Amino acid sequence: MSYSETGSRGGATRPAVVGFAQSDCVRRTQGTTNGVEMLVPTLAEAFEQTGLSKSDIGFWCSGSSDYLAGRAFSFISAVDAIGAFPPINESHVEMDAAWALYEAWVKIRTGEVDTALVYGFGKSSAGTLRRVLSLQTDPYTVAPLWPDSISIAALQARLGLESGRWSEKDMAEVAARSLADARDNPQAQRSGEASVADLLDAPLTADPLRAHDIAPITDGASVVILAAADRARDIVSRPALITGIEHRVDSPVLGARDLTRSPSTEMAGASLDVGDVDVAELHAPFTHQELILRDALGLGDGVRISPSGGVLAGNPMFSAGLARIGEAARRVMAGDADRALAHATSGPALQQNLVAVMEAQS
Amino acid sequence: MKQRAAVLGTGQTHHAAKRTDVSMAGLLREAIDRAMTDARVGWDDIDAVVIGKAPDLFEGVMMPELYLADALGATGKPLLRVHTAGSVGGSTSIVAASLVQSGEHRRVLTVAYEKQSESNAMWALSIPIPFNMPVGAGAGGYFAPHVRSYIRRSGAPEAVGAMVAAKDRRNGSLNPYAHLQQADLTVEQVQASQMLWDPIRYDETCPSSDGACAMVIGDEASGDAAADGVAWIHATSMRTEPTTFAGRDQVNPQAGRDAATQLWHDAGITDPLSEVDAAEIYVPFSWFEPMWLENLGFMPEGEGWKLTESGETALDGQLPVNPSGGVLCTNPIGASGMLRMSEAAKQVMGKAGDYQVDGARKAVGHAYGGGSQYFALWLVGAEKPE
Repeated sequence: MSYSETGSRGGATRPAVVGFAQSDCVRRTQGTTNGVEMLVPTLAEAFEQTGLSKSDIGFWCSGSSDYLAGRAFSFISAVDAIGAFPPINESHVEMDAAWALYEAWVKIRTGEVDTALVYGFGKSSAGTLRRVLSLQTDPYTVAPLWPDSISIAALQARLGLESGRWSEKDMAEVAARSLADARDNPQAQRSGEASVADLLDAPLTADPLRAHDIAPITDGASVVILAAADRARDIVSRPALITGIEHRVDSPVLGARDLTRSPSTEMAGASLDVGDVDVAELHAPFTHQELILRDALGLGDGVRISPSGGVLAGNPMFSAGLARIGEAARRVMAGDADRALAHATSGPALQQNLVAVMEAQS
Repeated sequence: MKQRAAVLGTGQTHHAAKRTDVSMAGLLREAIDRAMTDARVGWDDIDAVVIGKAPDLFEGVMMPELYLADALGATGKPLLRVHTAGSVGGSTSIVAASLVQSGEHRRVLTVAYEKQSESNAMWALSIPIPFNMPVGAGAGGYFAPHVRSYIRRSGAPEAVGAMVAAKDRRNGSLNPYAHLQQADLTVEQVQASQMLWDPIRYDETCPSSDGACAMVIGDEASGDAAADGVAWIHATSMRTEPTTFAGRDQVNPQAGRDAATQLWHDAGITDPLSEVDAAEIYVPFSWFEPMWLENLGFMPEGEGWKLTESGETALDGQLPVNPSGGVLCTNPIGASGMLRMSEAAKQVMGKAGDYQVDGARKAVGHAYGGGSQYFALWLVGAEKPE
């Protein structure tokens, strides 16, 4: 074991995304809640893309939720999708797998490993998602009221409308663009052409939210492969070098923060160089949340927002954030973007947020 | 390039079957406040928070770190939540260490907990899983066949399990934070206690505890600046294998052996038994002491029980195992692994009080989870690693 004598973080290895695969976003799978059936083909696709195999991976990290699966230790069975023998160097976060990618990114930067595979999965259809998510709130003072995830988001949207920060038309425009973009995404669950006027004619689902404002309930899984910069070019011709990744959390007390802003996203973005990005894949499960995020990150009209269609086109819980990083990286790897931003969120009303910036490795 | 990291301070709660006097947040703060006092740091010194716990179903809160963000002092900071089965307290410590070793942060607060009295862990663990053999009734029923197999394979005398239990309870009585305080429990009493899952008796079984453990991990400069001793992190390792597959050795799993091999290699240790001064090993059922002594490479396969039987794992033995009393005295599941890591750190910091191992310079912390398939290890030392 050798140690660096300097305390500088500048000297650490810079990891890059070299592969990304995801399952189709679907309303309901017939598979088990441990994700194995979704993960096996997705892992195979990521390995095929990169020419790597199980034995090439130095570290594995996944993200998922026992509550979504309805049982303790659901992630243990997911390891069966890997065929983890001989034993693997592995960890798991009870968070969206974007944070598993963060843990893997840190692991590569310690110099202990030079490749990592990150995966996330979730079978949202196994329960009543909006009620399951209400159990993320304070168990003593809030959860007993069963405020479901859509109602909390609706309160957030209402605050923005009343303060004049956005209009229902602004929200519908986000939905129209997302659905139109998703037509080019073969894995999207929802896509199509809709005029803003038509969308606004639709009935309210949870005032002021209409169906188009709310991400669908989605089962799905994603896989991202990372490699240290000096290894990445041997794997793909144009790796998406992660130049920075930051995450922050806000107070859980819904009445104690301005819900029309996202201070944690602002802080994460301010710690990075988010200027000059061509593309931003944002994890906004509600239309108004995209408006909050664009503002928090200072993304101007020149930035292409969520060309995949974003999570309004398919929101696989616990892998959707990782998929945003994968989608942004894919644009860079394909040469469609030089610099891309990806964002992931977790918790009620955008409580926790992660921002990553990637650029083509020169 | 890897940076050096050290445990600057540790803290834990008083552990009990039911801590109805505190909320989850209150329980965590008890451990956190003690760790921060021990490390002599304030909230402004903490760059990030890493929390670990076992399944959310144990308390009935989905991703409780979200609701706990304010109480953890994490608001406005990076917050990570680790979950790797029973090894989670060990894995969480390692993730926190890596945040410093990568050069990302200078000081990281890490905490792990379980408030088992909020539910019934035995039944929360016993949910039928498609395509898997049912656990039956909790972890004891799952592990009893492994223990029987170990006794058959090694030819260990029956009393060895009871000796471990009596020794760990004696050690625990020296630890004011330990849940079970049974200074006078004898081997004979253990052998006379109720049989729960043959051959595991009541007194050879860990309790179900409410409790939390916390540590502050800092970079080299923070370690150098500390007035009294810190525990330098010499090496960490983690390994996972699937729960079941044909030919799997569940008594002496390869994942554990591989994790140990890497740990000893990275720490520059060639003879663990003579070079390690104290071991905090995850022993939820007494027989796992000899089993893990072999799995970790302290003893050859089939001979772990000999070290126990000869008394060499007692506080004054060649390799004191679980001087704090271990999991057999205190088991807040999510925190149990971090307690092993922090108790190892306390030994090399010289802060273990009445259960201090004389002259401890190097100590190992060990945690395992799932069906003996998740392993997390670290080796800490009083001196800086080379």
